[in-house]
Amino acid sequence: MSVMSSVLFLAQVQPVPSPAPAKIDPPALDAVWPILIVLAAACVGVLFEAFLPRHQRWPAQVALSLLALAGAGVALATYLSDAPEAGEMAMFNTLAVDRPALFLWGTLLALSVGAVLLIADRSVEPGGAFVATAAIRPGTVQDRAQVTATGMQTEVFPLTLFALGGMMIFCAANDLLTMFIALEVLSLPLYLMCGLARRRRLLSQEAAVKYFLLGAFASAFFLYGVALLYGYAGSVRLADISAAAAGTDRSDTLLFAGMGLLVVGLLFKASVGPFHTWTPDVYQGAPTPVTAFMAACTKVAAFGGILRVLQVAFESTQWEWRGVLWGVAIASMVIGAILGLTQTDVKRMIAYSSVAHAGFLLIGAIALTDRGLSGTLFYLLTYGFTTLAAFGVISLVRDSSGEATHLSQWAGLAKRSPLVAGVFTFLLLALAGIPLTSGFVGKFVVFEAAIDDGMAPLVVIALVASAVAAFFYLRVIVLMYFSEPAADGPTVTVPGAFTTAAITLGVLVTLLLGILPSFALDWAAGGAFAIR
Amino acid sequence: MTGTFNLALDTQPAAGAASAAWLLLVLPALGAAVLLIGGRRTNKWGHLLGSGMVIAAFAYAVVLFFDTTSLAAEDRLRDLHLFDWISVNQLSVDFGLRLDPLSITFVLLITGVGSLIHIYSIGYLNHELEDRRRFFAYLNLFIAAMLLLVLGNSFVTLYFGWEGVGLASYLLIGWYQGKDFAATAAKKAFLMNRVGDVGLALAIFLMFKTMGSTQYDVVFSQIGDQSTGTIVAIGLLLLLGACGKSGQFPLQAWLPDAMAGPTPVSALIHAATMVTAGVYLIARSSPLYSLPQAEDARLVVMIIGAITLLLGCVIGCAYDDFKKVLAYSTVSQIGYMILAVGLGPAGYAFGILHLLTHGFFKAGLFLGAGSVMHAMNDEGDIRRMGGLWKKMPVTFVTWTLGYLALIGFPFLSGYFSKDEIINAALGQGGTRGWVFGGIALLGAALTAFYMTRLLILVWLGKPRWENLTSPATPDPESPEAPVGKPYHPHESPSTMTIPMIILAFGSVAGGAILSAVLPEWLTPAIGEVEETHGALSHTMVGILTVVLAAIGAGLAFLLFGRRETAVERPKRVSFPVRAARADLFGNHLNEALFARPGTWLTRALVYVDNRGVDGLVNGIAAGLGGSSGRLRRTQTGFVRSYALSMLGGSILVIAALLMVRFA
Repeated sequence: MSVMSSVLFLAQVQPVPSPAPAKIDPPALDAVWPILIVLAAACVGVLFEAFLPRHQRWPAQVALSLLALAGAGVALATYLSDAPEAGEMAMFNTLAVDRPALFLWGTLLALSVGAVLLIADRSVEPGGAFVATAAIRPGTVQDRAQVTATGMQTEVFPLTLFALGGMMIFCAANDLLTMFIALEVLSLPLYLMCGLARRRRLLSQEAAVKYFLLGAFASAFFLYGVALLYGYAGSVRLADISAAAAGTDRSDTLLFAGMGLLVVGLLFKASVGPFHTWTPDVYQGAPTPVTAFMAACTKVAAFGGILRVLQVAFESTQWEWRGVLWGVAIASMVIGAILGLTQTDVKRMIAYSSVAHAGFLLIGAIALTDRGLSGTLFYLLTYGFTTLAAFGVISLVRDSSGEATHLSQWAGLAKRSPLVAGVFTFLLLALAGIPLTSGFVGKFVVFEAAIDDGMAPLVVIALVASAVAAFFYLRVIVLMYFSEPAADGPTVTVPGAFTTAAITLGVLVTLLLGILPSFALDWAAGGAFAIR
Repeated sequence: MTGTFNLALDTQPAAGAASAAWLLLVLPALGAAVLLIGGRRTNKWGHLLGSGMVIAAFAYAVVLFFDTTSLAAEDRLRDLHLFDWISVNQLSVDFGLRLDPLSITFVLLITGVGSLIHIYSIGYLNHELEDRRRFFAYLNLFIAAMLLLVLGNSFVTLYFGWEGVGLASYLLIGWYQGKDFAATAAKKAFLMNRVGDVGLALAIFLMFKTMGSTQYDVVFSQIGDQSTGTIVAIGLLLLLGACGKSGQFPLQAWLPDAMAGPTPVSALIHAATMVTAGVYLIARSSPLYSLPQAEDARLVVMIIGAITLLLGCVIGCAYDDFKKVLAYSTVSQIGYMILAVGLGPAGYAFGILHLLTHGFFKAGLFLGAGSVMHAMNDEGDIRRMGGLWKKMPVTFVTWTLGYLALIGFPFLSGYFSKDEIINAALGQGGTRGWVFGGIALLGAALTAFYMTRLLILVWLGKPRWENLTSPATPDPESPEAPVGKPYHPHESPSTMTIPMIILAFGSVAGGAILSAVLPEWLTPAIGEVEETHGALSHTMVGILTVVLAAIGAGLAFLLFGRRETAVERPKRVSFPVRAARADLFGNHLNEALFARPGTWLTRALVYVDNRGVDGLVNGIAAGLGGSSGRLRRTQTGFVRSYALSMLGGSILVIAALLMVRFA
């Protein structure tokens, strides 16, 4: 792979930081325990796959994953109790463990609990949403047999943990190479997980291949950007790029071309339009629990990276690039809001909604102020939980061939299952940003920060876009409440404990952050990025 | 403009009975929660709980009212801090209640009329026992949101309630589930309201940007120091919000369609309370609109009010649907209120006065209409009525009192409030006074005309329903109508007539009492009434109004009272009637302004999406239904075109970055 060889190349030409290679202290680990726990658990999970008998794997993997997340959470909380206010560098300056990074870690861990619960569920789809043996060709006799088999590919649990570990590194990476490696660590498991659906396997595999090819393409952009920036600054560390940009007469072509390529790679992961093209297909094709994990956690990690890169490395050149990202944010909001109108599949609709939300988030990210930072972080938290719960609900509405995601099948759902329709209505209202939900507070703080930083026209466009987007959320509500149910419509599965817990978690957080957002806003405003 | 508004700036912390004002929000919200969560178990007593919660809130509101009147005038502005809602960095939004004469007036109206309509609904929905509980849950939800709207102490809290009432109204308009036109009307209402909401949201952000807060006391104490541009912009944006919620031009078209909801909803939400939220918003922002710099914004408010009041009257003359005529009458009367609050200190109190009297008589008129439709197989076409006064005497008497109040019959409630508005409008002086005063006078004549037409066609004349049955095909205007049944009109049960009788008392006596005490009572909140002296004396204006209304009513008698009314609607009519029947092209205007550009943009984007880069819809259909071979072929095409669009986007981004740098 040319991608990997260029990594090696860059790694070789990295200048030695100090002339006298004195004694190297062992790295202090207390700041990175959460990451280590997650990654170690992922490795143990691989061993489980190798050594445990098949019937013991599922309980062991579920217990291990949840324990690992709980352990990482405890480690994070312990560290947070006496963490330095300004943040500290860990692992030889490759990770910046500062307040935003800690907030993002906490968000990611909490969202992953919900995602793992959805992934572990075996009651909604007998045997789980994942295929038993992914390697069997779709359409063969063996394949038809395994649709009804109760086993599932339990590798999905370690893959989830690896992806999570990558995400956590990604949003704390202090240099672009670490960031790139984290990007690959988080992406590769996701490509695989997308292809593991039990039903509609062709669609699922198509989604996986698309995501992989386009992801590789985006990685190449990112890496090329890193190369150009290294050529410009002589270093891949974010703080060095910032210093170089602030006071040199070096060629700005390298800087801006490099930045453009780098940012495109990041925007791809965050599914910001017009780099969103993979999103609807992949969201639709992937198993719904994986879609939930991607929609919630990948968005958080990618915007964590975008925030850090923009605020740390390119803060000094903001007047040159800001206008361009204005354009990108507008494009994303317009594409998401307008194309969402014509969708007939509920998963695709939420995918376009995520494109619109990415536009709103980008508005917060380019407001390079404390309020922009804290607002965006808070928005990520709220959006993650809402969208996680929404996909949880989507997985419940099924007919004989699996999930019934076509919107016409949702007609009159409120008559048959008022509770599910009520919960989904609440989540849609949160996505639309109606008060008393977290979605309103999130939009409010982000837009307020943007206005404060002189981006009033952008906020006007954002408000109009969110009014348009409200229409397609509303269409689903109208369909559920005011239409006659189809005679042979789908049934709503009574979820097992795991899915119920995940949806309840998402709904409660959405409600709580809508009514009492202050404590979470305080956490999000805990401090700025550490620049070293 | 006088300096009396400084009075409005010092608020006292609430104590004593007022410190429990959160009960006002909690009681109805609790009712809604119990009914929604309790499900079928609450079917038996759900309506009683729902009504009980609102009556309890009304009882507390009365206590709060007397508690406030016991204070000295300057102590009547009170603030009840509940908790810090959003606080981060410099951004802080309190969640608190503002208890002042203005908000307490609204609380009394909302809980008072709300209680009556809850009681009425028990009888009105006695055929739909299964769903009645849910109906009361939504009504309680509405009351809670509406109280939050008027009680909040900042524009953000107001926005909270604003969206909440929109949601409740949406749920209730779409009440007749599975009926297309109800769902469409609900959607239309929600979306047109969103247009207004964008205006309100922008106004709020602008306040944050310029003054760092949206608390009423902070905003109103600093608004005077802002630039004229800011003040006018905030004023106009708030007006846009008011237009959406209150059905004002050019966003009026949703309100008549909202009559698709059950009649008690039309009476409570779309006549007495929610639609007047726009008037409340402008009156609440009186310190802003009273500034000399806001002169232009106020002029726009007056123009909008004047246009709407005429528009509502003209369209009201042409409709044959009982509730739609009343709906356009509401549009027109709110036009009066908006005109009044646009007049500034000379008109705020009279706008609120008219709002209150209108709340009584219009709610009564709607409840009467509901009673008639209840008795007539849910028939709404007034051409099929006539001569009903013999069959439904109580409804007839209460309705007629409401009618007289609305057309401004001397010494009934509408006379006092409308007369004051017309007088204040004329008092502007000069051309402006004549234009706005003249429109208001013309509106009074037209109101008398279309209301008299309604009176004659429904109640008087020959009973045209005797030889008719309900239309054979289900009528889209009244979905629940049984098909082909003969009409047997009868008086409604006492749960329905008693609220109508109480409201009729309000229609008769409300104006005289309120006009005597209201302006002084409201002074701490919205300032003193500014005396105006126009070209005509107050007595002259009163006489002129009554004479014009009499001419309007007489004309209606000549046209409709003396000859047979055809049951079928005449097809060949003159252009003005056609225009009025088409809502004076309001829907066309909306379509041209909002819908069509949106449709074009959507089509264009979908086209690009389908053909240019994506092909998604066809591809997925093929993927689901087709063979794997076809899927694989299309799939490679997709990734290539996706990658192409990414590459294109990247080139654009980089080129733009470099251009910005080197251009």
